[in-house]
Amino acid sequence: MNLGIKVTKFIEVFIDYGGYKSVLTGLKNTLIIAILGLAIGIVLGTVIASVKVMPKYKKSVQILNKIADFYVGVFRGTPVVVQLLVGYYVILPLLGINIDSIRVCIMIFGLNSAAYVSEIMRSGIMSVDPGQMEAGRSLGLGFGTVMMKIVVPQAVKNILPTLGNELIALVKETSVVSFVGAQDLYVAFSYIGANTYEFMVPYLVMAVIYIVIVFIISQLIRLMERRLRRSDRSN
Amino acid sequence: MIEVIDLKKNFGKLNVLNGIDIKIEKGERIAVVGPSGSGKSTFLRCLNCLEDPNGGQIIFGGENIADMHVDINIHRRHIGMVFQQFNLFNNKTVLENITLAPVTIAAQDKKKLQRENFFIAVGNIFRKQKKALHELPDMAKVKEEAKENAFSLLRRIGLEEKANVYPSTLSGGQKQRIAIVRALAMNPDVMLFDEPTSALDPEMVGEVLDVIKELADSGMTMVIVTHEMGFAREVATKVVFMDGGKITEAAPPSEFFGNPQNPRLKEFLSKVL
Repeated sequence: MNLGIKVTKFIEVFIDYGGYKSVLTGLKNTLIIAILGLAIGIVLGTVIASVKVMPKYKKSVQILNKIADFYVGVFRGTPVVVQLLVGYYVILPLLGINIDSIRVCIMIFGLNSAAYVSEIMRSGIMSVDPGQMEAGRSLGLGFGTVMMKIVVPQAVKNILPTLGNELIALVKETSVVSFVGAQDLYVAFSYIGANTYEFMVPYLVMAVIYIVIVFIISQLIRLMERRLRRSDRSN
Repeated sequence: MIEVIDLKKNFGKLNVLNGIDIKIEKGERIAVVGPSGSGKSTFLRCLNCLEDPNGGQIIFGGENIADMHVDINIHRRHIGMVFQQFNLFNNKTVLENITLAPVTIAAQDKKKLQRENFFIAVGNIFRKQKKALHELPDMAKVKEEAKENAFSLLRRIGLEEKANVYPSTLSGGQKQRIAIVRALAMNPDVMLFDEPTSALDPEMVGEVLDVIKELADSGMTMVIVTHEMGFAREVATKVVFMDGGKITEAAPPSEFFGNPQNPRLKEFLSKVL
């Protein structure tokens, strides 16, 4: 079978038999999981990073710090597939919660990326001049307030490229969500392949789509970086 | 106003402050001088607990603020501080730098009052004599006032036109003047200056000192750590010499510079004057 026939077959299934629909659903799911996952990761990761940079003379902060360390240890120490499987087949049934696999994926990817983002954020926070925190505290503002309004916004600007990397990694990692029955790009294309007994073209197209997504994301990040830098030098 | 009793601070094994005793009265202007490493800056930073003291007491507003259980944020509102490195908030415009603390703190106070009101209202259900609720501040008005206040402060230092620029575009002297009015925007009872001119180009020192002098003339209580002896002599009501984490001499400027007693101070003055 030569390549021409393979392509025609693929196009036939892709368009005439509605294969594009499942690809679109898959694409949508992939992006939803990656973006919402990163959103959860950024919020939770920032909280964890803040806990880690808090002054440690209080007992409660020490305990929180231990919890944060444990959390990061667990989520960085296991593959995301394992986390998905344990979350979906062990923890949720034990708790008696029944939610659809997409939401489980969003949650697990969020928790997972929080562990990574917390370390990225911590390095960002430490790159901000400690004088900023001191100035805020000297005015009578609390640690959390100064963190949120002064330090974290400056930290984010410093770590934006790394954060973009995290989003890209997340997009690619979502290709394992079929383990818990969520429909993503991989599921859509293997469905097309299974229909034609022909996997060469579908997987090639899948790879191209991933490359295009990543390319678009990296362009968006570059744009955002330029924006942020411009606001710094305005007037 | 501030009474420091046997203040001690160590960083690990290094003892930086070995028992400082000083009383700062309202309207007094205290200049702290001394060789580097003598603990001047640490002493100043202990006064508003940016460094937590390891021993001794700091009595301010009737409370010992060196005690860890005191809510230091409340007291810091009344103690303004100016840093050697200015420390303007880089991600905020000049105007936001000045209004951030007053507005944020007013919002926090409002939340606290709302919480108290809730409990009073719940209590009122059971009370015969109804208790009055707190009056809540109008945040729009607070913001407007903070902005007006900021502009009048900026006018005072002649930097009104810089209200909407970011600190990265300002010169060192401008940054430090803005840092001073940022602290003033909280209406502090006392101002702490930590070597306010040491990071400035020589030609910009004057403009910052002028602002501090003007502030001194208005009767502000202040503590200034400085290397500008001429300025200390001119502005201070009392000059304090620190050496080895202790105050070894404290006297009015005329006596301090004219008739120093401590041999280490004599040596120091002979080098810097």
